[in-house]
Amino acid sequence: MLKLGALIVGVALLAALVGPAITPFDPASQQLALRLSAPSLAHPFGLDELGRDILARVLAGARISFIVGLTVVMVSSVVGTVLGAIAGYFGGRIDDVISRVIDTLMAFPGLLLAIALVAVLGPSLVNVLVALTIIGWVGYARLVRGQVLRAREFEYVQAARALGAGTARILWKHVIPTAVPAVVVQATLGMAGAIIGEASLSFLGLGVQPPTPSWGTMLNGGRAHILDAPHLTLFPGLAIALLVLGLNFLGDGLRDRIDPRSHTNR
Amino acid sequence: MIRFLVRRLLLTIPVLIGVATLVFSLIHLVPGDPVQAMLGESASPQDVAQLRSKLGLDRPLYEQYVSFAGGVVRGDLGVSLRTNQPVTRVIFERMPATMELAVAAMLVAIVFAIPLGIIAAVRKGTRVDHAATTLALLGISMPTFWLGPLLAIIFSVWLGWFPVSGRGTLANLVLPAITLGAPLAAILARMTRASVLEELRELYVLAARARGVSEARAVLAHAFRNSLIPIVTVIGLQFGAVLTGAVITETIFAWPGVGRLLVQSISARDYPAVQGCILLIALTYVSMNLIIDVLYGFLDPRIRYE
Repeated sequence: MLKLGALIVGVALLAALVGPAITPFDPASQQLALRLSAPSLAHPFGLDELGRDILARVLAGARISFIVGLTVVMVSSVVGTVLGAIAGYFGGRIDDVISRVIDTLMAFPGLLLAIALVAVLGPSLVNVLVALTIIGWVGYARLVRGQVLRAREFEYVQAARALGAGTARILWKHVIPTAVPAVVVQATLGMAGAIIGEASLSFLGLGVQPPTPSWGTMLNGGRAHILDAPHLTLFPGLAIALLVLGLNFLGDGLRDRIDPRSHTNR
Repeated sequence: MIRFLVRRLLLTIPVLIGVATLVFSLIHLVPGDPVQAMLGESASPQDVAQLRSKLGLDRPLYEQYVSFAGGVVRGDLGVSLRTNQPVTRVIFERMPATMELAVAAMLVAIVFAIPLGIIAAVRKGTRVDHAATTLALLGISMPTFWLGPLLAIIFSVWLGWFPVSGRGTLANLVLPAITLGAPLAAILARMTRASVLEELRELYVLAARARGVSEARAVLAHAFRNSLIPIVTVIGLQFGAVLTGAVITETIFAWPGVGRLLVQSISARDYPAVQGCILLIALTYVSMNLIIDVLYGFLDPRIRYE
Protein backbone atom coordinates (compact mmCIF):
# COMPACT_ATOMS: atom_id res chain seq x y z
CA MET A 1 0.00 0.00 0.00
CA LEU A 2 2.86 2.35 0.93
CA LYS A 3 4.79 1.56 -2.26
CA LEU A 4 1.72 1.84 -4.49
CA GLY A 5 0.84 5.18 -2.89
CA ALA A 6 4.41 6.46 -3.32
CA LEU A 7 4.38 5.31 -6.96
CA ILE A 8 1.08 7.09 -7.77
CA VAL A 9 2.14 10.30 -6.02
CA GLY A 10 5.63 10.14 -7.59
CA VAL A 11 4.21 9.73 -11.11
CA ALA A 12 1.72 12.57 -10.51
CA LEU A 13 4.50 14.83 -9.23
CA LEU A 14 6.67 14.02 -12.24
CA ALA A 15 3.72 14.70 -14.56
CA ALA A 16 3.14 18.04 -12.84
CA LEU A 17 6.81 19.00 -13.12
CA VAL A 18 7.65 17.94 -16.68
CA GLY A 19 4.23 17.26 -18.23
CA PRO A 20 3.43 20.82 -19.33
CA ALA A 21 6.88 21.09 -20.96
CA ILE A 22 6.52 17.94 -23.08
CA THR A 23 2.90 18.24 -24.25
CA PRO A 24 2.69 19.74 -27.75
CA PHE A 25 -0.31 21.90 -26.80
CA ASP A 26 -0.48 24.99 -24.66
CA PRO A 27 -3.18 24.65 -21.95
CA ALA A 28 -4.53 28.10 -22.87
CA SER A 29 -4.47 27.94 -26.68
CA GLN A 30 -7.91 27.61 -28.23
CA GLN A 31 -9.08 25.78 -31.34
CA LEU A 32 -12.68 26.97 -31.40
CA ALA A 33 -13.50 25.03 -34.57
CA LEU A 34 -12.72 21.78 -32.73
CA ARG A 35 -14.44 22.63 -29.44
CA LEU A 36 -15.83 19.68 -27.44
CA SER A 37 -14.03 17.17 -29.72
CA ALA A 38 -13.98 13.68 -28.27
CA PRO A 39 -10.66 11.98 -27.36
CA SER A 40 -8.50 11.17 -30.39
CA LEU A 41 -4.88 10.24 -31.14
CA ALA A 42 -3.87 13.89 -31.42
CA HIS A 43 -5.79 14.86 -28.28
CA PRO A 44 -6.00 11.75 -26.05
CA PHE A 45 -8.31 13.47 -23.50
CA GLY A 46 -10.23 15.48 -26.13
CA LEU A 47 -10.88 19.22 -26.26
CA ASP A 48 -12.94 21.39 -23.91
CA GLU A 49 -15.71 23.95 -24.50
CA LEU A 50 -13.17 26.48 -25.84
CA GLY A 51 -11.21 23.98 -27.89
CA ARG A 52 -8.34 23.68 -25.41
CA ASP A 53 -6.42 20.41 -25.05
CA ILE A 54 -7.72 18.66 -21.91
CA LEU A 55 -4.53 16.59 -21.40
CA ALA A 56 -2.42 19.77 -21.35
CA ARG A 57 -4.86 21.35 -18.91
CA VAL A 58 -4.95 18.29 -16.65
CA LEU A 59 -1.14 18.36 -16.47
CA ALA A 60 -1.11 22.10 -15.78
CA GLY A 61 -3.86 21.58 -13.20
CA ALA A 62 -1.64 19.03 -11.43
CA ARG A 63 0.80 21.86 -10.70
CA ILE A 64 -1.95 23.90 -9.04
CA SER A 65 -2.99 20.88 -6.98
CA PHE A 66 0.57 20.23 -5.80
CA ILE A 67 1.18 23.93 -5.08
CA VAL A 68 -2.00 24.06 -2.98
CA GLY A 69 -1.40 20.72 -1.26
CA LEU A 70 2.22 21.38 -0.36
CA THR A 71 1.74 25.02 0.68
CA VAL A 72 -1.28 24.30 2.87
CA VAL A 73 0.37 21.28 4.48
CA MET A 74 3.67 23.08 5.13
CA VAL A 75 2.17 26.24 6.62
CA SER A 76 -0.59 24.57 8.61
CA SER A 77 1.66 21.82 9.97
CA VAL A 78 4.25 24.35 11.19
CA VAL A 79 1.63 26.70 12.70
CA GLY A 80 -0.35 23.79 14.19
CA THR A 81 2.74 22.08 15.60
CA VAL A 82 4.04 25.26 17.23
CA LEU A 83 0.68 26.28 18.73
CA GLY A 84 -0.16 22.71 19.78
CA ALA A 85 3.25 22.31 21.44
CA ILE A 86 2.89 25.64 23.27
CA ALA A 87 -0.64 24.77 24.46
CA GLY A 88 0.32 21.29 25.60
CA TYR A 89 3.61 22.23 27.23
CA PHE A 90 2.60 25.38 29.11
CA GLY A 91 -1.00 24.42 29.93
CA GLY A 92 -3.00 26.91 32.02
CA ARG A 93 -4.39 30.05 30.43
CA ILE A 94 -2.38 29.76 27.20
CA ASP A 95 -3.77 26.25 26.70
CA ASP A 96 -7.29 27.49 27.48
CA VAL A 97 -7.12 30.23 24.84
CA ILE A 98 -5.61 28.02 22.13
CA SER A 99 -7.98 25.15 22.95
CA ARG A 100 -11.05 27.41 22.74
CA VAL A 101 -9.93 28.67 19.32
CA ILE A 102 -9.43 25.05 18.24
CA ASP A 103 -12.87 24.07 19.61
CA THR A 104 -14.54 26.95 17.77
CA LEU A 105 -12.87 26.21 14.45
CA MET A 106 -13.63 22.51 14.88
CA ALA A 107 -17.27 23.35 15.48
CA PHE A 108 -17.45 24.20 11.78
CA PRO A 109 -17.39 21.52 9.14
CA GLY A 110 -13.93 22.31 7.62
CA LEU A 111 -14.86 22.97 4.03
CA LEU A 112 -17.86 25.06 5.05
CA LEU A 113 -15.57 27.48 6.85
CA ALA A 114 -13.29 27.60 3.81
CA ILE A 115 -16.34 28.35 1.63
CA ALA A 116 -17.37 31.13 4.02
CA LEU A 117 -13.88 32.65 4.10
CA VAL A 118 -13.40 32.57 0.33
CA ALA A 119 -16.93 33.91 -0.13
CA VAL A 120 -16.04 37.06 1.81
CA LEU A 121 -12.35 37.37 0.81
CA GLY A 122 -13.11 36.86 -2.88
CA PRO A 123 -12.24 34.00 -5.21
CA SER A 124 -8.50 33.62 -5.92
CA LEU A 125 -5.71 31.06 -5.47
CA VAL A 126 -4.15 33.04 -2.61
CA ASN A 127 -7.45 33.26 -0.73
CA VAL A 128 -7.96 29.52 -1.22
CA LEU A 129 -4.53 28.94 0.34
CA VAL A 130 -5.39 31.26 3.25
CA ALA A 131 -8.78 29.62 3.85
CA LEU A 132 -7.46 26.05 3.67
CA THR A 133 -4.58 26.91 6.02
CA ILE A 134 -6.95 28.52 8.54
CA ILE A 135 -8.97 25.31 8.69
CA GLY A 136 -5.90 23.07 8.30
CA TRP A 137 -3.69 24.01 11.28
CA VAL A 138 -6.33 23.00 13.82
CA GLY A 139 -5.94 19.27 13.22
CA TYR A 140 -2.16 19.43 13.70
CA ALA A 141 -2.48 21.60 16.81
CA ARG A 142 -4.88 19.17 18.47
CA LEU A 143 -2.74 16.18 17.55
CA VAL A 144 0.53 17.77 18.76
CA ARG A 145 -1.08 19.13 21.93
CA GLY A 146 -2.14 15.60 22.88
CA GLN A 147 1.30 14.18 22.14
CA VAL A 148 3.06 16.97 24.06
CA LEU A 149 0.77 16.56 27.09
CA ARG A 150 2.02 12.98 27.25
CA ALA A 151 5.65 13.72 26.37
CA ARG A 152 6.19 16.47 28.94
CA GLU A 153 5.86 13.89 31.69
CA PHE A 154 8.52 11.59 30.21
CA GLU A 155 11.56 11.13 32.43
CA TYR A 156 14.05 12.33 29.84
CA VAL A 157 12.10 15.57 29.46
CA GLN A 158 12.05 16.07 33.22
CA ALA A 159 15.79 15.25 33.29
CA ALA A 160 16.46 17.89 30.61
CA ARG A 161 14.46 20.39 32.66
CA ALA A 162 16.41 19.45 35.82
CA LEU A 163 19.67 19.94 33.93
CA GLY A 164 18.62 23.51 33.23
CA ALA A 165 17.67 23.25 29.54
CA GLY A 166 15.55 26.20 28.35
CA THR A 167 11.90 25.83 27.35
CA ALA A 168 12.61 26.36 23.65
CA ARG A 169 15.36 23.71 23.70
CA ILE A 170 13.17 21.21 25.56
CA LEU A 171 10.31 21.74 23.12
CA TRP A 172 12.48 21.66 20.00
CA LYS A 173 14.88 18.85 20.96
CA HIS A 174 12.83 16.59 23.20
CA VAL A 175 9.09 17.19 23.02
CA ILE A 176 8.19 18.08 19.41
CA PRO A 177 10.20 15.16 17.90
CA THR A 178 7.83 12.71 19.67
CA ALA A 179 4.96 14.18 17.64
CA VAL A 180 6.74 14.17 14.26
CA PRO A 181 5.68 10.68 13.05
CA ALA A 182 2.01 11.43 13.75
CA VAL A 183 2.35 14.83 12.05
CA VAL A 184 3.87 13.20 8.95
CA VAL A 185 0.89 10.85 8.63
CA GLN A 186 -1.53 13.72 9.22
CA ALA A 187 0.34 15.82 6.61
CA THR A 188 0.04 13.11 3.94
CA LEU A 189 -3.69 12.72 4.53
CA GLY A 190 -3.99 16.51 4.97
CA MET A 191 -2.49 17.04 1.53
CA ALA A 192 -5.23 14.88 0.04
CA GLY A 193 -7.76 16.98 1.95
CA ALA A 194 -6.22 20.25 0.74
CA ILE A 195 -6.27 19.08 -2.88
CA ILE A 196 -9.93 18.06 -2.61
CA GLY A 197 -10.64 21.35 -0.78
CA GLU A 198 -9.13 23.46 -3.57
CA ALA A 199 -10.93 21.45 -6.23
CA SER A 200 -14.24 21.75 -4.32
CA LEU A 201 -13.88 25.54 -4.01
CA SER A 202 -12.89 25.85 -7.66
CA PHE A 203 -15.82 23.62 -8.65
CA LEU A 204 -18.16 26.03 -6.84
CA GLY A 205 -16.52 28.94 -8.69
CA LEU A 206 -14.84 30.19 -5.50
CA GLY A 207 -11.29 29.01 -6.12
CA VAL A 208 -8.82 29.33 -8.94
CA GLN A 209 -10.34 31.53 -11.62
CA PRO A 210 -10.38 30.80 -15.36
CA PRO A 211 -8.38 30.68 -17.58
CA THR A 212 -5.89 29.19 -15.02
CA PRO A 213 -6.38 25.43 -15.32
CA SER A 214 -7.45 23.79 -12.07
CA TRP A 215 -9.07 20.37 -11.88
CA GLY A 216 -12.04 21.77 -9.96
CA THR A 217 -12.54 24.64 -12.44
CA MET A 218 -12.38 22.14 -15.31
CA LEU A 219 -15.07 19.98 -13.65
CA ASN A 220 -17.19 23.08 -13.15
CA GLY A 221 -16.84 23.90 -16.86
CA GLY A 222 -17.75 20.33 -17.75
CA ARG A 223 -21.08 20.49 -15.91
CA ALA A 224 -22.77 22.36 -18.74
CA HIS A 225 -21.67 19.69 -21.24
CA ILE A 226 -22.38 16.57 -19.25
CA LEU A 227 -24.86 15.37 -21.89
CA ASP A 228 -22.91 16.14 -25.07
CA ALA A 229 -19.26 15.91 -23.94
CA PRO A 230 -18.80 13.79 -20.80
CA HIS A 231 -15.01 13.63 -21.39
CA LEU A 232 -14.80 17.19 -20.01
CA THR A 233 -15.85 15.75 -16.65
CA LEU A 234 -14.21 12.35 -16.87
CA PHE A 235 -10.49 13.17 -17.07
CA PRO A 236 -10.00 15.96 -14.50
CA GLY A 237 -12.10 13.94 -12.02
CA LEU A 238 -10.04 10.83 -12.69
CA ALA A 239 -6.85 12.83 -12.07
CA ILE A 240 -8.11 14.08 -8.68
CA ALA A 241 -9.36 10.64 -7.64
CA LEU A 242 -6.04 8.97 -8.59
CA LEU A 243 -3.84 11.51 -6.81
CA VAL A 244 -6.02 11.50 -3.69
CA LEU A 245 -6.10 7.68 -3.74
CA GLY A 246 -2.28 7.67 -3.95
CA LEU A 247 -1.99 10.08 -1.02
CA ASN A 248 -4.46 8.01 1.02
CA PHE A 249 -2.49 4.83 0.26
CA LEU A 250 0.70 6.65 1.27
CA GLY A 251 -0.83 8.02 4.49
CA ASP A 252 -2.33 4.66 5.43
CA GLY A 253 0.94 2.88 4.66
CA LEU A 254 2.94 5.34 6.76
CA ARG A 255 0.47 4.94 9.63
CA ASP A 256 0.87 1.16 9.43
CA ARG A 257 4.64 1.56 9.66
CA ILE A 258 4.52 4.04 12.51
CA ASP A 259 1.65 2.62 14.56
CA PRO A 260 1.87 -1.17 14.80
CA ARG A 261 -1.51 -1.25 16.58
CA SER A 262 -3.29 0.13 13.51
CA HIS A 263 -1.34 -2.38 11.41
CA THR A 264 -2.81 -5.33 13.25
CA ASN A 265 -6.29 -4.05 12.45
CA ARG A 266 -5.68 -4.08 8.74
CA MET B 1 -27.26 11.16 33.89
CA ILE B 2 -28.83 14.60 34.40
CA ARG B 3 -25.52 15.96 35.77
CA PHE B 4 -23.76 14.56 32.71
CA LEU B 5 -26.31 16.19 30.39
CA VAL B 6 -26.08 19.58 32.15
CA ARG B 7 -22.27 19.52 32.11
CA ARG B 8 -22.22 18.64 28.40
CA LEU B 9 -24.75 21.41 27.63
CA LEU B 10 -22.68 23.97 29.56
CA LEU B 11 -19.55 22.97 27.64
CA THR B 12 -21.39 23.73 24.39
CA ILE B 13 -22.07 27.37 25.33
CA PRO B 14 -18.51 28.73 24.72
CA VAL B 15 -18.42 26.89 21.39
CA LEU B 16 -21.76 28.43 20.37
CA ILE B 17 -20.48 31.90 21.34
CA GLY B 18 -17.31 31.25 19.33
CA VAL B 19 -19.31 30.10 16.29
CA ALA B 20 -21.61 33.15 16.44
CA THR B 21 -18.62 35.51 16.84
CA LEU B 22 -16.84 33.97 13.86
CA VAL B 23 -19.96 34.20 11.69
CA PHE B 24 -20.50 37.81 12.83
CA SER B 25 -16.93 38.73 11.90
CA LEU B 26 -17.27 37.26 8.39
CA ILE B 27 -18.89 40.39 6.95
CA HIS B 28 -16.08 42.50 8.43
CA LEU B 29 -13.48 40.39 6.60
CA VAL B 30 -14.77 41.56 3.22
CA PRO B 31 -11.88 43.51 1.68
CA GLY B 32 -12.72 47.19 1.36
CA ASP B 33 -16.32 48.26 1.94
CA PRO B 34 -18.67 45.29 2.26
CA VAL B 35 -21.68 47.41 1.30
CA GLN B 36 -19.96 48.63 -1.86
CA ALA B 37 -19.04 45.01 -2.61
CA MET B 38 -22.69 43.96 -2.24
CA LEU B 39 -24.09 46.73 -4.42
CA GLY B 40 -21.28 46.90 -6.98
CA GLU B 41 -19.03 49.73 -8.11
CA SER B 42 -21.81 51.61 -9.90
CA ALA B 43 -24.02 52.05 -6.80
CA SER B 44 -24.85 55.61 -5.80
CA PRO B 45 -23.55 56.97 -2.44
CA GLN B 46 -27.19 57.27 -1.25
CA ASP B 47 -27.86 53.58 -1.94
CA VAL B 48 -24.62 52.62 -0.18
CA ALA B 49 -25.51 54.75 2.87
CA GLN B 50 -29.06 53.36 2.94
CA LEU B 51 -27.91 49.72 2.86
CA ARG B 52 -25.17 50.42 5.42
CA SER B 53 -27.80 51.79 7.76
CA LYS B 54 -30.20 48.89 7.00
CA LEU B 55 -27.51 46.34 7.88
CA GLY B 56 -26.46 48.35 10.93
CA LEU B 57 -22.89 48.65 9.66
CA ASP B 58 -22.84 52.38 10.49
CA ARG B 59 -23.05 51.59 14.22
CA PRO B 60 -20.10 50.93 16.56
CA LEU B 61 -18.76 47.34 16.38
CA TYR B 62 -19.86 46.31 19.89
CA GLU B 63 -23.41 47.55 19.16
CA GLN B 64 -23.44 45.54 15.94
CA TYR B 65 -22.28 42.47 17.84
CA VAL B 66 -24.89 42.81 20.59
CA SER B 67 -27.59 43.34 17.98
CA PHE B 68 -26.37 40.31 15.97
CA ALA B 69 -26.20 38.07 19.06
CA GLY B 70 -29.67 39.22 20.15
CA GLY B 71 -30.98 38.49 16.66
CA VAL B 72 -29.46 34.99 16.70
CA VAL B 73 -31.13 34.24 20.05
CA ARG B 74 -34.50 35.50 18.72
CA GLY B 75 -34.05 33.69 15.41
CA ASP B 76 -33.77 36.99 13.50
CA LEU B 77 -30.87 36.80 11.04
CA GLY B 78 -31.73 39.91 9.05
CA VAL B 79 -33.22 40.31 5.59
CA SER B 80 -31.93 38.66 2.42
CA LEU B 81 -30.73 41.27 -0.06
CA ARG B 82 -31.59 39.02 -2.97
CA THR B 83 -35.17 38.07 -2.07
CA ASN B 84 -36.00 40.82 0.44
CA GLN B 85 -37.42 38.17 2.77
CA PRO B 86 -36.26 37.38 6.31
CA VAL B 87 -33.15 35.15 6.10
CA THR B 88 -34.58 32.76 8.71
CA ARG B 89 -37.70 32.20 6.60
CA VAL B 90 -35.68 31.67 3.40
CA ILE B 91 -33.44 29.14 5.16
CA PHE B 92 -36.28 27.27 6.85
CA GLU B 93 -38.06 26.93 3.51
CA ARG B 94 -34.97 25.17 2.18
CA MET B 95 -34.09 23.19 5.31
CA PRO B 96 -36.46 20.21 4.73
CA ALA B 97 -34.83 19.52 1.36
CA THR B 98 -31.33 19.50 2.87
CA MET B 99 -32.40 17.33 5.80
CA GLU B 100 -34.15 14.90 3.45
CA LEU B 101 -30.96 14.59 1.41
CA ALA B 102 -28.67 14.34 4.46
CA VAL B 103 -30.79 11.64 6.13
CA ALA B 104 -31.10 9.68 2.87
CA ALA B 105 -27.31 9.90 2.37
CA MET B 106 -26.64 8.69 5.90
CA LEU B 107 -29.10 5.81 5.44
CA VAL B 108 -27.39 4.83 2.19
CA ALA B 109 -24.03 4.91 3.99
CA ILE B 110 -25.19 2.92 7.02
CA VAL B 111 -27.05 0.28 5.00
CA PHE B 112 -24.03 -0.38 2.75
CA ALA B 113 -21.09 0.28 5.04
CA ILE B 114 -21.89 -1.53 8.26
CA PRO B 115 -22.57 -4.98 6.71
CA LEU B 116 -19.51 -4.46 4.44
CA GLY B 117 -17.30 -3.57 7.42
CA ILE B 118 -18.53 -6.54 9.47
CA ILE B 119 -18.04 -9.00 6.60
CA ALA B 120 -14.53 -7.61 5.95
CA ALA B 121 -13.63 -8.02 9.64
CA VAL B 122 -14.99 -11.56 9.88
CA ARG B 123 -13.26 -12.55 6.62
CA LYS B 124 -10.03 -10.70 7.44
CA GLY B 125 -7.18 -11.28 4.99
CA THR B 126 -9.42 -12.93 2.35
CA ARG B 127 -10.29 -11.59 -1.11
CA VAL B 128 -13.61 -10.35 0.26
CA ASP B 129 -11.70 -8.26 2.82
CA HIS B 130 -9.27 -6.88 0.21
CA ALA B 131 -12.13 -6.02 -2.13
CA ALA B 132 -14.05 -4.26 0.66
CA THR B 133 -10.96 -2.35 1.83
CA THR B 134 -10.07 -1.22 -1.70
CA LEU B 135 -13.69 -0.23 -2.39
CA ALA B 136 -13.67 1.84 0.80
CA LEU B 137 -10.44 3.64 -0.14
CA LEU B 138 -11.82 4.32 -3.61
CA GLY B 139 -14.94 5.79 -2.03
CA ILE B 140 -12.88 8.09 0.18
CA SER B 141 -10.71 9.23 -2.72
CA MET B 142 -13.53 9.88 -5.18
CA PRO B 143 -14.60 13.50 -4.78
CA THR B 144 -18.34 14.19 -4.60
CA PHE B 145 -18.14 16.69 -7.44
CA TRP B 146 -16.84 13.94 -9.72
CA LEU B 147 -18.92 11.03 -8.47
CA GLY B 148 -22.15 13.04 -8.89
CA PRO B 149 -21.66 13.90 -12.58
CA LEU B 150 -20.35 10.37 -13.21
CA LEU B 151 -23.50 8.80 -11.74
CA ALA B 152 -25.59 11.28 -13.72
CA ILE B 153 -23.81 10.31 -16.96
CA ILE B 154 -24.31 6.56 -16.34
CA PHE B 155 -27.74 6.37 -14.71
CA SER B 156 -29.48 9.41 -16.20
CA VAL B 157 -27.90 9.98 -19.60
CA TRP B 158 -26.99 6.45 -20.69
CA LEU B 159 -29.51 4.26 -18.84
CA GLY B 160 -32.25 6.84 -18.28
CA TRP B 161 -33.16 5.31 -14.90
CA PHE B 162 -33.18 8.43 -12.77
CA PRO B 163 -33.79 12.15 -13.42
CA VAL B 164 -30.64 14.25 -13.65
CA SER B 165 -31.88 17.07 -11.41
CA GLY B 166 -34.71 18.46 -9.28
CA ARG B 167 -36.65 17.29 -6.23
CA GLY B 168 -40.08 15.80 -5.65
CA THR B 169 -40.05 12.05 -6.20
CA LEU B 170 -38.07 9.20 -4.70
CA ALA B 171 -36.32 8.78 -8.07
CA ASN B 172 -34.99 12.34 -7.74
CA LEU B 173 -33.43 11.45 -4.39
CA VAL B 174 -31.51 8.33 -5.44
CA LEU B 175 -28.47 9.81 -7.23
CA PRO B 176 -27.91 12.78 -4.86
CA ALA B 177 -28.20 10.45 -1.83
CA ILE B 178 -25.68 7.97 -3.26
CA THR B 179 -23.32 10.81 -4.24
CA LEU B 180 -23.44 12.35 -0.79
CA GLY B 181 -23.47 9.03 1.08
CA ALA B 182 -20.58 7.32 -0.75
CA PRO B 183 -17.65 9.02 1.05
CA LEU B 184 -19.37 8.51 4.41
CA ALA B 185 -20.01 4.85 3.53
CA ALA B 186 -16.32 4.40 2.75
CA ILE B 187 -15.15 5.91 6.05
CA LEU B 188 -17.82 4.06 8.00
CA ALA B 189 -16.93 0.70 6.42
CA ARG B 190 -13.25 1.17 7.37
CA MET B 191 -14.13 2.17 10.92
CA THR B 192 -16.62 -0.72 11.32
CA ARG B 193 -14.02 -3.21 10.10
CA ALA B 194 -11.28 -1.91 12.41
CA SER B 195 -13.61 -1.64 15.39
CA VAL B 196 -15.21 -5.10 14.97
CA LEU B 197 -11.76 -6.65 14.42
CA GLU B 198 -10.55 -5.19 17.69
CA GLU B 199 -13.58 -6.52 19.59
CA LEU B 200 -13.34 -9.97 17.95
CA ARG B 201 -9.96 -10.40 19.69
CA GLU B 202 -11.44 -9.72 23.14
CA LEU B 203 -11.77 -12.52 25.65
CA TYR B 204 -15.53 -12.10 26.08
CA VAL B 205 -16.01 -13.07 22.40
CA LEU B 206 -13.82 -16.14 22.97
CA ALA B 207 -15.89 -16.93 26.07
CA ALA B 208 -19.12 -16.56 24.10
CA ARG B 209 -17.81 -18.92 21.43
CA ALA B 210 -16.67 -21.37 24.13
CA ARG B 211 -20.21 -21.36 25.54
CA GLY B 212 -21.39 -22.57 22.16
CA VAL B 213 -22.96 -19.33 20.99
CA SER B 214 -23.45 -19.28 17.22
CA GLU B 215 -20.85 -17.40 15.14
CA ALA B 216 -23.46 -14.88 13.96
CA ARG B 217 -24.49 -14.15 17.53
CA ALA B 218 -20.88 -13.89 18.71
CA VAL B 219 -20.18 -11.35 15.98
CA LEU B 220 -23.41 -9.35 15.98
CA ALA B 221 -24.63 -9.48 19.57
CA HIS B 222 -21.22 -9.38 21.24
CA ALA B 223 -18.41 -7.93 19.09
CA PHE B 224 -20.46 -5.55 16.93
CA ARG B 225 -22.52 -4.22 19.81
CA ASN B 226 -19.38 -3.25 21.70
CA SER B 227 -17.78 -1.73 18.64
CA LEU B 228 -20.65 0.73 18.26
CA ILE B 229 -19.01 3.68 20.09
CA PRO B 230 -16.38 4.50 17.47
CA ILE B 231 -18.96 3.80 14.75
CA VAL B 232 -21.45 6.24 16.27
CA THR B 233 -18.60 8.77 16.65
CA VAL B 234 -17.79 8.52 12.96
CA ILE B 235 -21.45 8.86 11.99
CA GLY B 236 -21.73 11.97 14.16
CA LEU B 237 -18.48 13.55 13.00
CA GLN B 238 -19.27 12.80 9.39
CA PHE B 239 -22.61 14.56 9.68
CA GLY B 240 -20.62 17.79 9.27
CA ALA B 241 -19.04 16.41 6.11
CA VAL B 242 -22.52 15.45 4.86
CA LEU B 243 -23.78 19.00 5.47
CA THR B 244 -20.79 20.48 3.63
CA GLY B 245 -21.02 17.85 0.92
CA ALA B 246 -24.66 18.86 0.51
CA VAL B 247 -23.44 22.27 -0.72
CA ILE B 248 -21.71 20.53 -3.64
CA THR B 249 -24.28 17.77 -4.20
CA GLU B 250 -27.17 20.25 -4.22
CA THR B 251 -25.28 22.34 -6.77
CA ILE B 252 -24.68 19.32 -9.04
CA PHE B 253 -28.27 18.04 -8.94
CA ALA B 254 -30.06 21.42 -8.64
CA TRP B 255 -31.45 20.24 -5.30
CA PRO B 256 -33.30 23.16 -3.68
CA GLY B 257 -31.68 23.01 -0.23
CA VAL B 258 -29.66 25.26 2.08
CA GLY B 259 -26.40 24.32 0.34
CA ARG B 260 -27.64 25.59 -3.00
CA LEU B 261 -29.04 28.67 -1.29
CA LEU B 262 -25.57 29.32 0.14
CA VAL B 263 -23.91 29.10 -3.28
CA GLN B 264 -26.60 31.30 -4.85
CA SER B 265 -26.24 33.84 -2.01
CA ILE B 266 -22.45 33.91 -2.44
CA SER B 267 -22.84 34.59 -6.18
CA ALA B 268 -25.29 37.41 -5.42
CA ARG B 269 -23.05 38.80 -2.62
CA ASP B 270 -26.05 38.46 -0.32
CA TYR B 271 -23.95 38.46 2.87
CA PRO B 272 -26.83 38.33 5.41
CA ALA B 273 -28.07 35.13 3.73
CA VAL B 274 -24.49 33.75 3.55
CA GLN B 275 -24.04 34.43 7.29
CA GLY B 276 -27.41 32.82 8.03
CA CYS B 277 -26.68 29.65 6.04
CA ILE B 278 -23.20 29.25 7.57
CA LEU B 279 -24.54 29.83 11.08
CA LEU B 280 -27.38 27.39 10.65
CA ILE B 281 -25.19 24.64 9.20
CA ALA B 282 -22.60 25.15 11.98
CA LEU B 283 -25.29 25.10 14.68
CA THR B 284 -26.76 21.91 13.23
CA TYR B 285 -23.27 20.39 13.32
CA VAL B 286 -22.65 21.46 16.94
CA SER B 287 -26.06 20.09 17.95
CA MET B 288 -25.30 16.81 16.22
CA ASN B 289 -22.01 16.53 18.13
CA LEU B 290 -23.89 17.19 21.34
CA ILE B 291 -26.43 14.46 20.55
CA ILE B 292 -23.58 12.04 19.78
CA ASP B 293 -21.90 12.86 23.11
CA VAL B 294 -25.17 12.24 24.93
CA LEU B 295 -25.60 8.98 23.02
CA TYR B 296 -22.18 7.88 24.31
CA GLY B 297 -23.55 8.21 27.80
CA PHE B 298 -26.30 5.76 26.95
CA LEU B 299 -24.06 3.35 25.02
CA ASP B 300 -21.28 3.26 27.62
CA PRO B 301 -22.29 4.00 31.22
CA ARG B 302 -18.62 4.53 32.20
CA ILE B 303 -18.61 7.82 30.25
CA ARG B 304 -21.48 9.22 32.36
CA TYR B 305 -19.55 8.81 35.58
CA GLU B 306 -16.13 10.04 34.44
